[in-house]
Order: sequence, then structure tokens, then C-alpha cells
Amino acid sequence: MRALVIDDSRAMRRIVSTALEGFGYETRQAGHGQGALDVLQEGYAPDLCTIDWNMPVMDGLQFVSVVRANPAWRALTLVMVTSESEQGQIVRALAAGAHEYVIKPFTPDALRDKLALLGMLPQGVAL
Amino acid sequence: MTLTATGFDWVRQLVHRESAIVLSPGKEYLVEARLLPIARSMGLSDVGRLVDSVRTRPSSEATRRIVEALTTNETSWFRDGDPFTALPSTVLPSLLATRGPTERLRIWSAACSSGQEAYTIAMLLEDALPGASTRVAITATDLSREMVERTRAGRFSQLEVNRGLPAAMLVRHFTRAGNEWQVSPDLRRMVTASECNLAAPLPRMGPFDVVYLRNVLIYFDLPTKQAILRRVRALMRPDGWLFLGAAETTLGVDDTWERVVVGRSSAYRPLKGA
Repeated sequence: MRALVIDDSRAMRRIVSTALEGFGYETRQAGHGQGALDVLQEGYAPDLCTIDWNMPVMDGLQFVSVVRANPAWRALTLVMVTSESEQGQIVRALAAGAHEYVIKPFTPDALRDKLALLGMLPQGVAL
Repeated sequence: MTLTATGFDWVRQLVHRESAIVLSPGKEYLVEARLLPIARSMGLSDVGRLVDSVRTRPSSEATRRIVEALTTNETSWFRDGDPFTALPSTVLPSLLATRGPTERLRIWSAACSSGQEAYTIAMLLEDALPGASTRVAITATDLSREMVERTRAGRFSQLEVNRGLPAAMLVRHFTRAGNEWQVSPDLRRMVTASECNLAAPLPRMGPFDVVYLRNVLIYFDLPTKQAILRRVRALMRPDGWLFLGAAETTLGVDDTWERVVVGRSSAYRPLKGA
């Protein structure tokens, strides 16, 4: 399975990518929403995007809205991974089309649990 | 002063006597890690001194804290998923078909830890059954007084709500309370928490339609597993449902249960006539 990790922090991209690779994902990275759209438009077809909220150029919520408006990307699973933790923000992200929401700081176990809920853990990953 | 072999044996015997949980040799690291905070809170520098102090001057409070520290285990929302999704999809329709319209459904979360399992059940039922908060009674029990108090409070940290709780359920059933999340009053009304030692005669409870006894039996020896299953069965309705942990079974332990497949999971039901 393939994942696109979208975050403006290089350190956070590395942390999320390392966790996902530990679950058996192949990963690519983008530093903001527009960069991620460019990767998708080039033809990269991930199964999963993890998305930070606050990023330059295009934020995570805008990215989710753009992806959800395009039927070609309907199968893409979108998981917000962000330090934004207000209840209203979680509601907005879900309403825009995010499937799940992980609040930073998080442990790899938390990410694994959320992916398990979505049926997005590659076969053979122990719960 | 590190924990001596004699000290470790004393802890093992204490925990077995009070909770029937077996600490196997090699678990010295666990005893050291779990008891160090208690030692420090009592002004002692290490676990060896704590054990010496409690052995020479027995204190029921210190003993209780030691047993609780060694019997508290990890928990998360929807742990292993399937035993919980089976509740609204299979178990609840079956119960509603055989129970009267005003009959209370009674569910027991045994060894509830900090309450995630009990509130997972409460959320699923509230979403699946109109008026669940008056129709369903969830009894949550744990050996640990601290865990029972945490379950009653229904407050969870950011890290705890990250562990397997679907975001849609978080925003529907919780409100932010500072850095924590508070479960809704309706869910709290469904859950009654109390102390209960599964390895001792059980209090009067039930009869239960569904029992979640998950990731508990693995800690006990065979005679204790048999005794627990017998006591649990006595508190269940004859057509009740028992959910065990993924690594647990009644097979080879107690032959008065029938294993049934429920979705992608298994449940155990009292064998008729046994």
C-alpha cells in the first residue's frame, strides 16, 4: 500500500513516514497541500494521505476539499494528523471529507489503531 | 538496593493471593517498573526498600497499591474491533427479538481498566438503539479502586482518545474539558462502575445479557480460569453472550460453553443443559 505524507515540518514528515513504513506502507512526502496535489496530478496513486492542517500555500482543510471534489480521487483515504484539537475543527475536517483525525502528539500505536478502524493496515500488521 | 529473589517471590505470592494473577519468573523488570512510583511516593529510594518496608510493617493501603499497580493493563477504544462491531450487528438484534420492550439489557465490562471498553459499548448502543440510556445498564468492574474512579469520572486525555476512538464518535459523545475529553452525561448514566475481584466470590450482579471478559483470563492459572468462567456463567442469562480476548478461549478450560462465530469474531454462549 502507498501513502502520501503531507506536512510542512520535515521532522514530522519523517516521523509519520517511519511509522507508516513500519506498517508496510511505501511513502512519498509533500510539504503543503498544493505540493501534494502536484504529486497526485503527476499520476502517483496512494491509498492513504496523512494531512497536517496548518501549512503554507495550501492548508490541509483546503487540500481535503479539493480532493473530495474530484471523483477520480474518491477511493483515497484521508487522515488528518494535526495539533489542532478543538472539537469544532474535528467536525469541520470530517464534514469536508476526512475519514479520520489523529491529534499530535501521537504514538505510532495511535496511528495504527486509526488505520485499523479504517481497514487500512496492510496484511500481517499485528494489532 | 535492588529487588532480591526473596522480595520478588513475596510480591508474586501477594499478587497471587489477592488477585490470583500469576507473575511468572522473569517479570522482575515489570515489578521494578510498576512499583518504583509507589516507593518514591512513600519516600523510599527503590523497590527493594518498599518490599522490605511492607513485609516488616504490613499496611493494607500499601498492599492494595502494590497489587493494583501490577494488575492494571493497557486498554484502548474498540480494542480488536470485531467483538464490538458484533454488538450492534448481531447481538443486539438477537436480544431485542427475545426480550420484552421495556426489559433492561444488562452488559458487564469485567476488568474495565480506565473505562474505554464500557464507554465503547455505551457509544455503540446509543448510536444503534433509540433511548439506550434508559434501556441499557452497563456494569463496569475492576480490581483497582483507581481504575474504577477513572471509569466513573469518564474523562480521558488527548493521548487516550487518540487510541482507536473514531473521530466521529469523539465529537458526538465527548466535549473538551481543558486538555481532556469528558464523556457525555447520557453515556455516564449508562455505566455504573464498582470494584470487583474476579478471583474471589462475585457480588450479586446481573443477570447479564452480554459479558466482555477480554484479555483477563490470560493472566490466571487453569484452576482460576475455570473458577472465573463458572462464576461468570452463574451471573449470565441462559442465552447470554460472552466475549473473550483474541488469545483466549473456553476450549480445554470449561466445556459448558458453546463457541459461535459472530461476524469476524467469536463469542461463547452457555451450553444448554450443561
